[in-house]
Amino acid sequence: MNATPPPEVGERRAVITGVGQSNVGRRIYEDPLAMTIDATLEAVEHAGLSLADIDGISTYPGNMNTPPGFSGVGVVELQDALRLELDWFSGGLELPGQLGAVANAVAAVSTGLANNVVCFRTVWEASAQGDKGRASVTMGGGGGTYRAQGFLQWTLPFGAASAANWIAMMANLHFHNHGTTREQLAWIALNARRNAQLNPKAIYTDEMTLDDYMSVRMISEPLCLYDCDVPADGSTAIVVSRAESAEGRSRAPVRIEAVGTALRGRPSWDQFDDLTTMALRDASAMMWERTDLTPGDVDVAELYDGFSFITLAWLEALGFCAHGEGGQFIDGGERIAREACGSSGGVALNTHGGQLSAGRLHGFGFLHEACLQLWGEAGERQCRRPDGGTPEVGIAAAGGGPLASSFLLTS
Amino acid sequence: MNADATADAGDETPFRVMPAVTVDNEHFWRGGAEGELRILRCARCAYWIHPPAPICPECLGRDVSPEAVSGEATVLSYTVNHQLWYPNLDPPYAVAIVQLPEQADLRLTTNIVNCEPSEVDFDMTVKVTFLEYPDSRGNVWLPMFEPAGEKDEGPGS
Ligand SMILES: [Zn+2]
Repeated sequence: MNATPPPEVGERRAVITGVGQSNVGRRIYEDPLAMTIDATLEAVEHAGLSLADIDGISTYPGNMNTPPGFSGVGVVELQDALRLELDWFSGGLELPGQLGAVANAVAAVSTGLANNVVCFRTVWEASAQGDKGRASVTMGGGGGTYRAQGFLQWTLPFGAASAANWIAMMANLHFHNHGTTREQLAWIALNARRNAQLNPKAIYTDEMTLDDYMSVRMISEPLCLYDCDVPADGSTAIVVSRAESAEGRSRAPVRIEAVGTALRGRPSWDQFDDLTTMALRDASAMMWERTDLTPGDVDVAELYDGFSFITLAWLEALGFCAHGEGGQFIDGGERIAREACGSSGGVALNTHGGQLSAGRLHGFGFLHEACLQLWGEAGERQCRRPDGGTPEVGIAAAGGGPLASSFLLTS
Repeated sequence: MNADATADAGDETPFRVMPAVTVDNEHFWRGGAEGELRILRCARCAYWIHPPAPICPECLGRDVSPEAVSGEATVLSYTVNHQLWYPNLDPPYAVAIVQLPEQADLRLTTNIVNCEPSEVDFDMTVKVTFLEYPDSRGNVWLPMFEPAGEKDEGPGS
């Protein structure tokens, strides 16, 4: 934990030049590679580039043997489908959260290993679960020959099958220690639903009331169904480019002010020193160590909501409020509403509806949305600063438990 | 959840995912056969190591071996699970992270059994009780915890 800023913030050599996204939905039964190609071609065109300019690919988690729909497209398949000529590539699960794939690309571009990297995340969990039950969230629930290894051996035998159970114990402890309530936590979900109503790609857009939230069925106390994100099909792509190469384009790039990827303490869902903070505390600390900006400068925050409590923990970790005061901060919703963009004491949160309402694009949806907001290209859901201008500073953050990374972005 | 399920419980045995038992974790998953909750410990500095690892993170000693702990614990946090994840593992049931008194950072995820899930609370005093579970690759003794209120009335297992 450095007391002084590092001598060089190398991530500023990289910028984001384009974003793209496939169709998004519940059980749309589109081929994962086809969705990935849609997102990639849109992002490359959005960046003002051609496929010949792309010399890197970075993805999470790559094509691996994971529960149905969680993975499905790897580096090699996209490279071959588009006949890309790559100097650098990376795919894998063991990263600081899903956006760790983007952090890898930033590192590669900053060190000159690549000039323009397509980063992507493709999920087809909705379709896969439609066919095969909820196996993707129960991690090996298929029975038979499966035996749990690694961290899962310490939880699955006890019926703690899902991150819902692990996060619920963190949330419950936060409730116990800090007086946080379900009525407060509800505002993460209510805010997301309100924003989703302005997002044409969002999955759930029906109005949600506090009564709706309080009366829906419990999953794992204190988390109810509306505290859990919704499995989706979709692919999101982000183009990370060398900063010098992006000068003079028609669309100014989104600049990367600072990245946080720290893994400190004991990286485990049940061994972390303070169960109410998680690794996102340390990723956030690292990010702020690398910039002179402060939470008060941030206009929009797109923060992971695989479960609503993770978003509350991100708000605290990033310093929008003190640790333990997240419940009060979100209570009533004013300080996280889109109208809070650019205000002192508040921030526009999950302006596309988050994963709770817009669908689990698994981290990448947040970075996609942050970039659109900074470019002023978010359509009907575009946030405005009090002076009428587009947001100038944004955060995209993804991960929970022992996985986390955060990006501080400027226009 | 049927906390009394054993190897001969037949078709009613709830489905649980079993751990892959290896030489490195066997002391934990099978210590219950002798009624002991066993945790790896450093011979040089006496630090308890969980999950098991081949080195002591305190002194970097390599001489580590299992030792029985008291089996007492307190509830650090918990959740009452309401979702049916596995066949016959019927909700609601209480999942908890318990803190062992032997060391400040020694804790386990477990179930709190032999009481109503709604009776589980923070800082509750509990003690280990083993659930022998049938497994085709050799039975496993899952360390569960139950309220320790009747501490003097008999062995915990
Ligand atoms: Zn030692």
